[in-house]
Amino acid sequence: MGTRTVLQQSDITRALTRIAHEILEANHGSSDLVLLGIPTRGAVLAERLDRVLADIEPEWAADRDQRLGTLDVTMHRDDLGHGIGRAPHRTTIPTSGIDGKVVVLVDDVLYSGRTVRAALDALQGIGRPRAVRLAVLVDRGHRQLPIRADHVGKNLPTASDERVTLRLTETDGTDEVVIEQAEAQAGTQSGTQGAHA
Amino acid sequence: MKHLLSTADLSRADAIHILDVAEEMAEVNTREVRKLPALRGKTVVNLFFEDSTRTRISFEAAAKRLSADVINFAAKGSSVSKGESLKDTVQTLGAMGIDGIVMRHPASGAPRVLAEADWIDVPVVNAGDGTHEHPTQALLDAFTMRRRLHGSASRGTALDGVRVLIVGDVLHSRVARSNAWLLRTLGAEVTFAAPPTLLPAVDRPFGAAVHHDLDAALAEDCDVVMLLRIQQERMNDAFFPNPREYTRHFGLTAARAAALSERTLIMHPGPMNRGLEIAGVAADDPRSTVVEQVANGVSVRMAVLYLALTGEHEPKEPVA
Repeated sequence: MGTRTVLQQSDITRALTRIAHEILEANHGSSDLVLLGIPTRGAVLAERLDRVLADIEPEWAADRDQRLGTLDVTMHRDDLGHGIGRAPHRTTIPTSGIDGKVVVLVDDVLYSGRTVRAALDALQGIGRPRAVRLAVLVDRGHRQLPIRADHVGKNLPTASDERVTLRLTETDGTDEVVIEQAEAQAGTQSGTQGAHA
Repeated sequence: MKHLLSTADLSRADAIHILDVAEEMAEVNTREVRKLPALRGKTVVNLFFEDSTRTRISFEAAAKRLSADVINFAAKGSSVSKGESLKDTVQTLGAMGIDGIVMRHPASGAPRVLAEADWIDVPVVNAGDGTHEHPTQALLDAFTMRRRLHGSASRGTALDGVRVLIVGDVLHSRVARSNAWLLRTLGAEVTFAAPPTLLPAVDRPFGAAVHHDLDAALAEDCDVVMLLRIQQERMNDAFFPNPREYTRHFGLTAARAAALSERTLIMHPGPMNRGLEIAGVAADDPRSTVVEQVANGVSVRMAVLYLALTGEHEPKEPVA
């Protein structure tokens, strides 16, 4: 069937390491940086980025517990009440808050941009960051809103009828990014970036 | 879940799912901006055919925190007092364009009639029907127990093995009925303690064991003692000789509260008759969850309204 693996474990690890360095470079160090992962896989990627950053930046390692959180965007989506049941996930914000911080949103696949729009809305209810940046593992194009990522692991040109699926060891038992033809939907995969992404 | 009519309809997975969603709502209620846009543009009607302050306000706060518009309909002084039927009332509201009904009615089963009739096709949430059910009260009680017992690790957990003693007017209490069903679904053991006149005349009402002696029941060292309000308004008969005698035999007096174990929670659905079914010191004890129950009520009702109005039918993983 039309399934191909486009990123393997080593590619994902390398991409995250590069993104971590890019984030520090763009921010001239780690001062005021906060990572907020968008559940579920964005939150896992944010945890991994946090580990990389703690390894390369002593200042980050010093107050790690104030650097990492999750931001659930379910209640801010624009497709609620259209018959798609959505269970909210957990939002955890570092106790020192996000006011005046540089928030880096972390998500798995950037597609329509609607998740990120919802995330920007969700942030408003929590505080007023000095700046918000966006880091994604995969940018597959087909944006429906004027949104772009600041840090991208891999640009993947795709057709809109293809599905890009990220699997991570923590949630799916393996690390890979695959592209599937729409006909080949297995139905069992999660994290699939379909029409609702 | 489209309607929430009875806790007897809820599977264990459904119940845990509602409580988990309520955890996320509780987190929002701790924020500076306690508002979510999830139900923006939707209109919820609080259709109350029976007096209620706390439940209506709790539902109203929940709907407003989800950005829904709220219309409060009280039967007193309305077209209902002129003799309008439920069908006509609801169809009138439906013609104005509404997205959900929260209903309290003195007749048991009224919300189910509304949900099953084809008068209007919107989710119906039962906010108390006669002496039948009060499902959101049971959910908030379970949520409160779960939070006290499991703390921040409560997501996904049930109440397996938790021993709950419900004391008082079980016969007239929709809270007792909804709780008995829900708590048993979640794995808890439920016991009632009440005089025979205030219990249904069956062996094991709603599957619960029965005690007619409160002190004997308390000696079994339960995890939760839940007092029920003595509902003067539903008592059309002499169920006990006088209030002082009730307090002596079935009230959580200061002495009984002092003898409770350190971990036993004291719960009351409110409004309390202080000095009748619960002593003032027991209500204000650190083990008492009375105020927490009110706060949790808003979170649980937010979860119920969210799930009913956004069309989620069963627990599932959302698309990332």
